[in-house]
Amino acid sequence: MSNAWKTLTNGIFKENPTFGLVLGMCPTLATTTSAVNGMSMGLATLFVLVCSNVVISMLKNVIPDKVRIPAFIVVIATFVSILQLVMQAYVPAIYATLGIFIPLIVVNCIVLGRAEAFACKNSIGLSALDGIGMGLGFTLSLTLIGAIREILGTGCVFGQHLFSDTYGALIFVLAPGAFICLGYVMALVQKCLEHSK
Amino acid sequence: MKNLIVAPAPHAHSGDSVRRNMLLVIAALMPAYAVSLVAFGWGALITTLISVAACCITEWVIAKWVLKQRPTLCDCSAILTGLLLAFNLPSNLPWWIIVIGAIVAIGIGKMTYGGLGQNPFNPALVGRVFLLISFPVQMTTWPRPLGFSSSYVDATTGATPLAAMKQIVKGNADLVSQLPDLKDAFFGFMGGSLGEVSALALIAGGIFLIGMRVITWHIPVSILATIALFAWIATPEGFACSHEYILYTLLTGGIMLGAFFMATDYVTSPMTAWGKIVFGIGIGLIVMVIRTWGAYPEGMSFAILIMNATVPLLNKIRPKRFGGGA
Amino acid sequence: MAKLESSFKNMVLSLTLITLVAAAGLTAVYMVTQGQIEAQKEQAQNAARVAVLNGQEGTAIECTADGFGGPIRLMVGFAADGTILGYEVLEQQETPGLGTHIVDWFKDQTKPGQCIVGRQATGQLTVSKDGGDVDAITAATISSRAFLRAINAAYVDWKGQQGEQVEAMTGASLRVETYPADSCKGHHHEGACCGHCERKEACHE
Repeated sequence: MSNAWKTLTNGIFKENPTFGLVLGMCPTLATTTSAVNGMSMGLATLFVLVCSNVVISMLKNVIPDKVRIPAFIVVIATFVSILQLVMQAYVPAIYATLGIFIPLIVVNCIVLGRAEAFACKNSIGLSALDGIGMGLGFTLSLTLIGAIREILGTGCVFGQHLFSDTYGALIFVLAPGAFICLGYVMALVQKCLEHSK
Repeated sequence: MKNLIVAPAPHAHSGDSVRRNMLLVIAALMPAYAVSLVAFGWGALITTLISVAACCITEWVIAKWVLKQRPTLCDCSAILTGLLLAFNLPSNLPWWIIVIGAIVAIGIGKMTYGGLGQNPFNPALVGRVFLLISFPVQMTTWPRPLGFSSSYVDATTGATPLAAMKQIVKGNADLVSQLPDLKDAFFGFMGGSLGEVSALALIAGGIFLIGMRVITWHIPVSILATIALFAWIATPEGFACSHEYILYTLLTGGIMLGAFFMATDYVTSPMTAWGKIVFGIGIGLIVMVIRTWGAYPEGMSFAILIMNATVPLLNKIRPKRFGGGA
Repeated sequence: MAKLESSFKNMVLSLTLITLVAAAGLTAVYMVTQGQIEAQKEQAQNAARVAVLNGQEGTAIECTADGFGGPIRLMVGFAADGTILGYEVLEQQETPGLGTHIVDWFKDQTKPGQCIVGRQATGQLTVSKDGGDVDAITAATISSRAFLRAINAAYVDWKGQQGEQVEAMTGASLRVETYPADSCKGHHHEGACCGHCERKEACHE
């Protein structure tokens, strides 16, 4: 039990994909223009991560070592395509906002990284937990950065106005704001983790 | 024997200090500031006071509570940053935008890197560019320089000579007649940021700094020469002769302020003479590229910030070692 | 079960199997979602068509122009006499908070200087900075120009379909753009309901 709990929380705190492992920076910077966008991207990655972790863990003995990377990529790409079709069909607005970054989950380092580092060596249950933990960690980080950028950039959070709608430091919605925001949040998170040790 | 102190060399102090240099730069800015006060009235005074105060408070708070150092306000660098930031703002900016600019300039531009001497980018320009991208509407609404009669908030706004220049470069030759008289551009009284109204006052301040050996001639001269050369080669249609365009290019916008006061910041400019010249040429080229083909009418802040990033490389251009061989 | 050895046969077999299963799974999901995706697209198009015609008789034209951040795709509705009935931005990547205002800036009936809805289209609408009479979005002149170029191109295209040649204003300071035939798809859509729609398959309601 403690092992399962450790696996689950590992991705959320200690090895948080964004702040700890510093993986998946491209979607982190590009899709966190608002809290909703960040969360959608995080959840999309969570779905792919859990599915690919489970399937790869299931197939770990059937996939010969020398072709494991192509096999993993096929599995991951399949789930990304499924996700893409489903999103297009049922949440077209979010799909339009996230655009190219949904298909790019295929090459997200976190997904392939967890397949290679965890799923192909561990049981199905643990791999699923690892996927959930990592996915949640990614989702939480992206939502956090998205919320901060949305508040500073437009004065809203999750589309709700916090203060006067004349306020809005546009830079936070644009690319430079993403870098500034990510840097400071990462520094703060590292500081907090250091304290909690 | 008790009174003897044993210490390693050096034993003499030239009297030069960070504080003295900062105060000299502030003094050199005063002629231009006097012109702005006449041109923009109370707005110029209020903007400067808010900016300087916010910069000092930010520096004090961060030094004391975040970095837990002895606050370094005494070196006057925060005052200078505040003053330079104000010089780069329109004089009717809402107070809270000025405060955000000051917090960004000191907080992100300087203290994040560890304080004075550690920052790779000019803090005042970091603040200005942050505001320019964040609040483009407020940052590009310039009050007309009407003199003391104008009140703080209700200043009449109008297009700057730079906006007209941009249209001319884009092929709209008719607008040449709308440019201010060259004399006005030289002595002051053209729309723009608070501190860039009078080229004459800025040049006077710059020459004072060179005379006092606070800065050297390399950076300003190479910037101005590059810009003049570029303007001479690429004079757009509509001007009587290329000299006219060269003068308009040099006298409008933030070129004088940038060349003498922003680009020459010790911390963010190269150390060697050749490094400084390359630095200046780079700034001149980038300004003209932005002015001619870019989306913004002015590019001085961007040009200086971009070249700031190359300073560690330019510092590798070493002078010949004293006494060393060829 | 021990791990499969990396022999040639095993590698080919396992990869082939995985790819086959993946393809089968994808096909199944595709078949399930395809109808819904089509319906969503159709619905978005119809909603835009109804919106741009503002409940009146007219023609909806789809058009694109290069904006500041990428192509601006919009649909504009013209009345028979050339009055602009309304427009809807279908796709844009302009700067958030600046260029994105094209979505509603030119619709604001309370500000006649910037509103183009209700104006007579001429194919020569330009922003006031370029000598026209439409107020550009503050600090987003490039997006505003692109928007008006698209509207002008739509008008020219619509007139062209009726056999009239109209000169389009591109402005001396602008790049002259050529609009390929397939970038302007005119969907004749008489009235706000689907009764006379040419494309029958679009009329599910």
